[in-house]
Amino acid sequence: MTLSILAYGAFFLTTALAFAIVCLGLNLQWGMTGLFNVGVAGFVAVGAYASAILTTPPSDMHIGGFGLPILVGWAGAALASGFVALAVGAVTLRLRADYLAITTFGVAVVIHLVALNAQWLTGGPFGIGFIPRAFDGLADRPLAFAACNLAVAIATTITIYLWLERLARSPWGRVLRSIREDETAAMSLGKSVTRYRLQAFAIGGAIMGLGGALQAHFIGFIAPNNYLPNFTFQVWAMLIIGGAGNNRGAMLGALLVWALWSVSGGSISAFVPAGMQARASELQLAAIGASLCLVLLLRPRGLLGEPRNWLKPAPPS
Amino acid sequence: MNLQFLADGLLSGMMIGLGAIGVTVTYSILRFANFAHGELLTSGAYVAWAASFALTALAGGAAPPLGPFSFGWTVLVGGVFAMLFSAALALAIDAVLFRRLRKGASIVVVMASFGASLALRSLIEFVFSSSPVYFSQELQISRPLGFGVRVTPDQLALIGVTAVLLVGVHLLMTRSQAGRSMRAVSENPTLARVVGVNVEDIVRLTWILGGALAAAAGAMTGILVQIRPYMGFDLLLPLFSAAILGGIGSVPGAIVGGIAIGIAEAATVDFIGSQWRAAVSFLLLIAMLLVRPRGLFGGRA
Repeated sequence: MTLSILAYGAFFLTTALAFAIVCLGLNLQWGMTGLFNVGVAGFVAVGAYASAILTTPPSDMHIGGFGLPILVGWAGAALASGFVALAVGAVTLRLRADYLAITTFGVAVVIHLVALNAQWLTGGPFGIGFIPRAFDGLADRPLAFAACNLAVAIATTITIYLWLERLARSPWGRVLRSIREDETAAMSLGKSVTRYRLQAFAIGGAIMGLGGALQAHFIGFIAPNNYLPNFTFQVWAMLIIGGAGNNRGAMLGALLVWALWSVSGGSISAFVPAGMQARASELQLAAIGASLCLVLLLRPRGLLGEPRNWLKPAPPS
Repeated sequence: MNLQFLADGLLSGMMIGLGAIGVTVTYSILRFANFAHGELLTSGAYVAWAASFALTALAGGAAPPLGPFSFGWTVLVGGVFAMLFSAALALAIDAVLFRRLRKGASIVVVMASFGASLALRSLIEFVFSSSPVYFSQELQISRPLGFGVRVTPDQLALIGVTAVLLVGVHLLMTRSQAGRSMRAVSENPTLARVVGVNVEDIVRLTWILGGALAAAAGAMTGILVQIRPYMGFDLLLPLFSAAILGGIGSVPGAIVGGIAIGIAEAATVDFIGSQWRAAVSFLLLIAMLLVRPRGLFGGRA
């Protein structure tokens, strides 16, 4: 009994940390740079599919079967998502802020369509299975398997977090925030606003892709409908509730919202009669949307908000 | 070559244009892209549907269809009711949410509309469930119109209704004092206030116009196809694309953009495959942003 609770706890945390990584990527785009990405699900999907195609054994269902190591898959995931973000940003970042929102929304729609219909590439509606999982040799010992995966997820999240903190305190990070606060002032200091934005958007997209790959290799199976707009809504609720502009807030929001989501989802399947469950989970989604609006109205800084000490240079290391 | 796709595209494009007017007007006057606009369409469709059945029950039996059409007077009254409802809903969302955030960065309002879209859509699905509903189970026989094109009487009627609404909006925007004030606020809100335009009134008028037209588009799409909770959300990308294609702030532009997207979608369904339909408006949007971000009819990029 305790064993299964521990294993479930590790499973929950690993899933939540994959969200935390995606959330950190979004925080670089929105929290630091003020770029509104409504296509989070699309960038995560590109990463998950890229890594799956690179690492899966040969299959008749789709392209690939390269059987490469998982780490190569992760690198491919970050590259692919970063490249998509770069292309989207190149078209829209010189225009009004809303155009980026509309375009990223469209990108996510198209990526979902490709995942669903380009069967030669993505396996179509059935998705891609047999994605190699790290530590598969431990599969008969669930606790050790869960613990090893959790350790990898924690290490990845912390590495990204520390790197982003360094970036945020670096001259580069200060330029990003100055652009967000006052574009004209940054421009008059000779900073190429579009280039900095493009860099932040591409790096943020790459981190999202990495989060998608981590999740794909943990579960071992992906399908187009994992990456619907509701995924984007969830990640946004995590960031806004946790506190945009704060990397710890992004991670805290991911853990908190995913915990609330899992608990409410669990109680729906436990207490709500089978015929009503679909409707009850609609209320769950409505609560996500409503809490996004409420936080924006009542506590726009979220739980943690942006730290003030970012203006100081990083401590010598 | 069969020209049927032109007729189908024109019809669905006019619906997109009708919805895109609301997007383009709110964008140019309130200066934000409203992601909850699709839900104004959806809620309009459901209210028209519910009201027409309530009226049928009150009248003690189904109203006979009007002439060759599949619908009776109850649907028409229900449609008017839906336009009032969606206008009121748009005003309510603005009062509760958007107006309070308008002082800050405009992108925060976009984000709020994104949250409102999810909340509204999920509530609609909670109340009406995810299975689609229909105004009528009747099948209509399409009639030949020449050149191999066939249309149903319903389709012709809706083209007529849409044309009347479009001309009405155009006259309102170009010939009435309210329309002149709206264009003034969209050009320069501060200057408009200086010359005595009540900007808050104009904002309210914008929401009423956008909400009512969205409901009309939703109800008509419901008559032609079906009503489901995601109908408006799935139309959001075509609506935005139509607004940008035509040029933000331009009513004729929104209609032309809508028709262009409708015909391109219908051609895609005919010649490439219906599964790629949803990608069409995105490709047109990207092409426009690359070539002429201001849109066909001016506007601001």
